[in-house]
Amino acid sequence: MSDKPHKKNTSGKDATKRRKSTASATSSQKSFKGKTKTTPAKKEDTPTTPTGSATESGPPDDIFPLVLTSKTQELFQCRADEDLTQDNLHKIIKKEEILNDMKMRAAVSDFYPVKQMVMNYPGEELLLVFDRDFKYGQSFYLVGTEDTKERILHPPEPSEEEGVEEEDLMETFVYKTPEPKPWESLGSDLDIEEESVKDSRCKHRYKISRKRREFGAPVMFTDRNASVARDGYIECTSYPDKSFCVTKMEMDTGIQAVPQLQETSTQTKWKYPRNACTQYVPREFTDEEKENFMNSQSLKDFINSVALRFEIAVQQNEIMDAFFDDWKALREDESTFGGKTDTHLKEYQSFTDLYYSKDKAVSCINWHPTIYGIIAVAVSERLSFEDRINLSAKLVMTPSLILIWSFSDPIHPQLLMECPDDICCFEFCPSDPNIIVGGCINGQVVLWDISAYAERLQSTRTGGAKHTPAAVNALPGFEDKNVKKTPIVRYCAVSSIEHGHKAPISDVQWLPDYYEISRQGIPLENKNGICVQIISCAPDCSVYFWDIRPPNTATQAMTDRKKLEEKHLQNPQGIPNTFKHLDLTWKPLIRVGLPRIETSGEYSALKVSLKDIFQEGRLHGITDKSRAAKLEKPDGGFDYRMLRVPSAKNLKTQEDISTTFFVGTEDGDLVYSDFKMEKDSDSGKLTSSKPSHCFVIHDGLVTTVKRSPFFKDIVLTVGGWTFAIWKEGVMNGPILQSSASQKKCTVGHWSLSRPGVFFIGKEDGNIDIWDLLEKTHEPSQTQNISTGQITCIKPWIVSSKQHLLAVSDEFGTLHILEIPWTLRHPSSNEKLSVTNYFEREVKHLNYSEKRREFREQEKRDMDAEELRRLSEIVHEKTAEQLEEEVQQEFREYLKLEKHILSDMGLIKPAEDTPLPGV
Amino acid sequence: MAEVEETLKRIQSQKGVQGIIVVNAEGIPIKTTLDNSTTVQYAALIHQLVLKARSTVRDMDPQNDLTFLRLRSKKNEIMVAPDKEYFLIVIQNPTD
Repeated sequence: MSDKPHKKNTSGKDATKRRKSTASATSSQKSFKGKTKTTPAKKEDTPTTPTGSATESGPPDDIFPLVLTSKTQELFQCRADEDLTQDNLHKIIKKEEILNDMKMRAAVSDFYPVKQMVMNYPGEELLLVFDRDFKYGQSFYLVGTEDTKERILHPPEPSEEEGVEEEDLMETFVYKTPEPKPWESLGSDLDIEEESVKDSRCKHRYKISRKRREFGAPVMFTDRNASVARDGYIECTSYPDKSFCVTKMEMDTGIQAVPQLQETSTQTKWKYPRNACTQYVPREFTDEEKENFMNSQSLKDFINSVALRFEIAVQQNEIMDAFFDDWKALREDESTFGGKTDTHLKEYQSFTDLYYSKDKAVSCINWHPTIYGIIAVAVSERLSFEDRINLSAKLVMTPSLILIWSFSDPIHPQLLMECPDDICCFEFCPSDPNIIVGGCINGQVVLWDISAYAERLQSTRTGGAKHTPAAVNALPGFEDKNVKKTPIVRYCAVSSIEHGHKAPISDVQWLPDYYEISRQGIPLENKNGICVQIISCAPDCSVYFWDIRPPNTATQAMTDRKKLEEKHLQNPQGIPNTFKHLDLTWKPLIRVGLPRIETSGEYSALKVSLKDIFQEGRLHGITDKSRAAKLEKPDGGFDYRMLRVPSAKNLKTQEDISTTFFVGTEDGDLVYSDFKMEKDSDSGKLTSSKPSHCFVIHDGLVTTVKRSPFFKDIVLTVGGWTFAIWKEGVMNGPILQSSASQKKCTVGHWSLSRPGVFFIGKEDGNIDIWDLLEKTHEPSQTQNISTGQITCIKPWIVSSKQHLLAVSDEFGTLHILEIPWTLRHPSSNEKLSVTNYFEREVKHLNYSEKRREFREQEKRDMDAEELRRLSEIVHEKTAEQLEEEVQQEFREYLKLEKHILSDMGLIKPAEDTPLPGV
Repeated sequence: MAEVEETLKRIQSQKGVQGIIVVNAEGIPIKTTLDNSTTVQYAALIHQLVLKARSTVRDMDPQNDLTFLRLRSKKNEIMVAPDKEYFLIVIQNPTD
């Protein structure tokens, strides 16, 4: 319905150039007409719209094709091609004119066919269109309806609609401000009028007032319960009114999907480490609380109830050991059962040097205390004294050496130590294995320092024929050719010739590091923590104590000091000057003489044994590192020059160190003496005390005096054809003395792991293994090691699985043997058994001593009686006396007879047979 | 108190007994013959062990309860008798 005016408006807006003037004119008319035409237009709308759209198909109903004669044309000014040209196709003709024409010319009028239409035509003007193209078949056509007229006149919407887009593109849009149009009511004003509220009548006004005289009257207010009185109040209670109950069934909301963006941040707390500590203390009761508990009845009851269980349990343990495996225990004993090979010493390795130890005897062996696989051997010439003198010129040229062997190289010794003369005995220092002391055949005590080569020795452990690091680091062409040769270390100190021994030193030992001896021979506390003193003995009947520390300068003589200064300058061979302070000026600390007990003269000592001596045979560490650390040099080793012989007053006397010692002599005696010096009352000088005991035991030189590693007071001495075991304190004699063997016993040593086992070396190269728990009359085993005399035996514990025995002979060969399990594993309670054995032997000894005494006493008594009897026979006896004697005898005889018979039950005791008369 | 002492002394005098400790239910020693640090250590450790042992026994059978615990080691034997309020611990060296 509203389409029409709308259309019109748009058409008015979009008027083209062609129809501007006419459009403006007609638009106003049409708008007016439009109002009245709306309704009829409705009806015509439907037929027109299809026609409007289908302008091409056939002549529509409201298009009436006409033929207009030229006369008509002239009349209406629509001459073809003159008034109505191509451009101007339309002509508006008034209806009246057409009607007039029709009246005038009646049937002749060109408009006759359309007469009816014209008469029905609602509008005033009709549109005549020059149809040049003969669209509808004739040259002119008349538009029958207003709508179509309008449509054709003002190019209609189809063309407009079609052309809108084209026009937009092609033509620029010209904005025309909309013109105000009169308002058209569409019925909304009626609604508004209905809604609006108007006063239907004028407002009434009432005025209410009180009477004037009632003003100001006194008032009295009272309470009144409004709910009680009727109509006290009028209320308008609220109630849910259904008409206002509007539930919202639908809601119109707008939703917008918006990506939610949120900005947040976090911060981690920086946890920084803090040092904290806690300490806890266990909860305890105070004494009063404990008292309370003790007195409480509950505790009493508890203890009473529990005590019985405990007694049973505790006693059970005492009775027998429930967990003791008897079966397993049996097994241990049976392991001694084994083949011959299991019990024999197996050859592990043997060392001999073709150059250095040819035709020489090994005089002493020593294992290196700390490095595994290093063993030092002293070789000396096998010459008698006379030969030595005769060949002394030659002997001076050939150097005497101590060879140090390593297990890794059985052909080349690792180190050679040069000695001034043949060494009879030497020892590694237990606290510092780089220091070695040796006793020379010329009576000098020699010191070596092999610290420079310690590394070389250490490295030989790992490699076989590996060279020293020096060879590896050296540049080619600058190699030291001597590197591959065995290095020779020269001794760094020798004792003074005048003050030393006058005979070849036969025994030298280090004193342990926990005590030292003062000038009076009193054992004092050793504050150094390292070994500083040496004991040596020689057949010149003396035992010397040496100290390796520099002596106090006050006691040094002028000559000595000069020598010292001289020696300072000379150091040609690069000897380490560890003991420079001692070289050639070394004097012994104490001289202990061994005067004979009964007769005059002295004992010539060969071997000495102290009670508190370092136990050898195991790998040691440095004993007291805390004290020794003060003396350590930065490159290792100790600085002996820093030490000073302290004054005896400052040090504590060690009460538990015994000052007694055993000495084995050349004559086969064992001398027991004390090295504490006594002050001679006459001269005030310190002299050594006389030995307390001397035992004449062996038939040859005493070659070994050795303490047992398990018992400090058991000593083994070997000499001549026998050996003996002694217990210190038992002065009657040896606990055990062997019978004379076929061959001379040359050397002996205790086993380090079994208390009852020791080894004896023989002249014929055999080793006898004695087991005191097995047999005491003969060795339990004999094994032949070499053809020559055994000169030294030294066992060594490498590990729990490997015990080695170093045996040397007079041909210069060193044999290393492995001790089999049977000989190194102590049987259960072996120590106890051996202890018991020794105790039994001591008792036996004492008993036999007693018996001997008794026998002697008896013998003496018998002798005395004999003598008495003899003397009595001299007296002549008178006849009466004789007769009386005879009678006496007879009576005694009878008594005896009666006694015997009564014992035998042959005569009754009451019966007394009268004696026959005499 | 004398009774208690006497009984404890009797146990102490048995051969091989190294020490006796009386501990309350919380593991705090009441009476001991050893030194303080050892006592405290034993009390704490044994207490825990006894509780564990007791709970084990009772878990197996709720009617059952631990009466005596013996712990034998290489060097000695520890015996414990637990009770509602106290424990008695005895350390003994069984062999020789």
